Amino acid sequence: MQSTHNVQRLLDLFGTMCRIRAFETAALNAHKEGVVPGPLHVSIGQEGVATGVCLNLATEDRITSNHRGHGHAIAKGAGVQGMMRELFGRDGGHCRGKGGSMHIADFSVGMLGANGVVSGGIPIAVGAAQGLKMMRSSAIAVCFFGDGAINRGPFLEGLNWAALYQLPVLFICEDNGVSAFTATDTVTAGPGVMARAEALGVPGVSVDGNDVMAVDEAAARLVAEVRAGKGPRLLHARTFRITGHTSTDAAAWRDPASVEEAKTRDPIDRLAVVLAERGIAAADLDAVRKAAREEMDAAVADAKAAPWPQEAIAYEDVQDVGAVAYSGVSA
Amino acid sequence: MSGQSVTLVEAVRLAALQEMRRDPTVWVLGEDVARGGLYGQYKDFLPEFGPERVVSTPISESVIMGAGLGAALVGTRPIIEMRIFDFVMCAMDELVNQIAKIRYMFGGQAKPSVVVRMPHGIWRNSAAQHSQMLEAWFVHLPGVIVVTPSTPADAAGLLVSAIRSDDPVLFFDPKNLFPLTGEVAQVIEPIPFGKARTVREGRDLTLVSWSAILPAVEQAAATLAAEGIAADVIDLRTLWPWDEAAVCASVEKTGRLLVVQEAVTAAGFGAEVVSTVIERLGPARVKAARRLGAPRIPVPFSPPLEDAVKVTPAKIVAAAKAVMAG
Ligand SMILES: Cc1ncc(C[n+]2csc(CCOP(=O)(O)OP(=O)(O)O)c2C)c(N)n1
Ligand SMILES: [Mg+2]
Repeated sequence: MQSTHNVQRLLDLFGTMCRIRAFETAALNAHKEGVVPGPLHVSIGQEGVATGVCLNLATEDRITSNHRGHGHAIAKGAGVQGMMRELFGRDGGHCRGKGGSMHIADFSVGMLGANGVVSGGIPIAVGAAQGLKMMRSSAIAVCFFGDGAINRGPFLEGLNWAALYQLPVLFICEDNGVSAFTATDTVTAGPGVMARAEALGVPGVSVDGNDVMAVDEAAARLVAEVRAGKGPRLLHARTFRITGHTSTDAAAWRDPASVEEAKTRDPIDRLAVVLAERGIAAADLDAVRKAAREEMDAAVADAKAAPWPQEAIAYEDVQDVGAVAYSGVSA
Repeated sequence: MSGQSVTLVEAVRLAALQEMRRDPTVWVLGEDVARGGLYGQYKDFLPEFGPERVVSTPISESVIMGAGLGAALVGTRPIIEMRIFDFVMCAMDELVNQIAKIRYMFGGQAKPSVVVRMPHGIWRNSAAQHSQMLEAWFVHLPGVIVVTPSTPADAAGLLVSAIRSDDPVLFFDPKNLFPLTGEVAQVIEPIPFGKARTVREGRDLTLVSWSAILPAVEQAAATLAAEGIAADVIDLRTLWPWDEAAVCASVEKTGRLLVVQEAVTAAGFGAEVVSTVIERLGPARVKAARRLGAPRIPVPFSPPLEDAVKVTPAKIVAAAKAVMAG
């Protein structure tokens, strides 16, 4: 990998990817231990996409995400303690224990939410961009979705809309080649997301999503164009989901060789090689990885020790007028 | 006919398998169905029936639903798999404006012979977008049959009826009960729509329920029996048509009615049951009638919060005692 990046930028990218990997690994282990309830979708192997994109964003920029949203949230600056507590369903989670992994959100850093419905975040990002434009904000909206989402109507409707109203939104198609338990190319006709975007008037760039420097460079350019008012853009990032669809899915139907091959293209390891070439000592990189693991282990320990939410919280945040009151006895 | 003890998910698998073997116009479409479906409800269908009849689709709910309708109009019998109930929201036009209306609007020319399978209910801390129980919405929708089984045998027999039905059938698999075991016949006979199942007989109180909450109702009935309160327990099995006669006959006997639903109480199907009974029997014959369901809040993620809003045997017992006192 050739890079024009300065070393500090590379270290920032490396550090964020390591934090995402450590968070996902800690969450996965905690799920296996039985202390994280519900379904868990982790993004191990895909850290380069969230990182390369979000390090080009300002706090006031907004993102929407999908069911695999931990990495997007971390890269956007979400507090990991609040995230981990949310995954554990504990008091002090960003969503007060009401959302969990699939609905992770931290509005304080512009993370407008993961989504349990495939492509659910696309119209929301488009609308956020419309509102930001209306308010003459310099902020933009960024929308993460998977390759599976491009076969739903909101993709077509959302891109057409964004182009029609020339909205400040950057679409990120995180293409790991799978839609849950099915290879996406077996359920997708035509030349794919780039051609679809172009046909809808949204110019796009396709990059190796496991090359975080390439993602960073492309995202920097696209974010600048979107921010300059040139209209929507799309980034197609090809990547690989190392783990199964959910924490309980072994993805046994995949060719094990393809998984092994993908591991040789691990975005973190690849950047480590570049950093070594640029004179960073292996010990320093190990220290970064170790610090990330310690941070996430501490978040797990905190979440485990955190209290459960009070029953009354279940009755809050429903609506202002007409909400049912908690009587002290549920139901 | 010798039976076999199987899980509910295996029972519905066997029912669909039997019907696909019987009728070559039956086929299934939905995400991941070629891999056996999310729950294994179509396990091994692909090798037997091939990719034309076991169609793993794109994530395209509106077309999954609408294409199912179109294929029915030319004489096939599609099983439309929605994977998880909540995703039907992405196909509401195709279901509500098209499937439910097409026969009527076109003066009887169209035969929308589809089964829409929508595994529903609270399921292992899946939070607000994967736990909904909105079956009452569809009872409000003319043109469709609403099926809500709670046992392996009923799920199998009702699925057979659903597949053979010329009317569109909305089949709510109780996903939390997929592991429940029970007897299923080797040859699965169709169970008619609109016939309730008497789970247990008693003269003090009528308990009416359906779908995944039935085991909790049965548990509560056992507790009540131990305390000397004998409940008639009725599993409606289908919400449209529903067995008004069976429920009214029971309440005529007991004079007391409790409807237990896992869904939100407000404007749920329990309201329909209570008002129908009072209309048919007259208020004088009904000493007390109540509904027990969830509070009008989305299903929360955190285990203690989810537990707090769930209907439980203890809550059913308490509500039944209130009905006895009323
Ligand atoms: C509308 C809708 N249909 C189906 C699902 C079930 N589902 C959850 S994730 C998923 C696969 C999504 O694939 P992709 O968008 O490529 O994301 P990835 O899981 O690969 O990150 C499916 C089918 C859903 N959540 N929403
Ligand atoms: Mg994918």
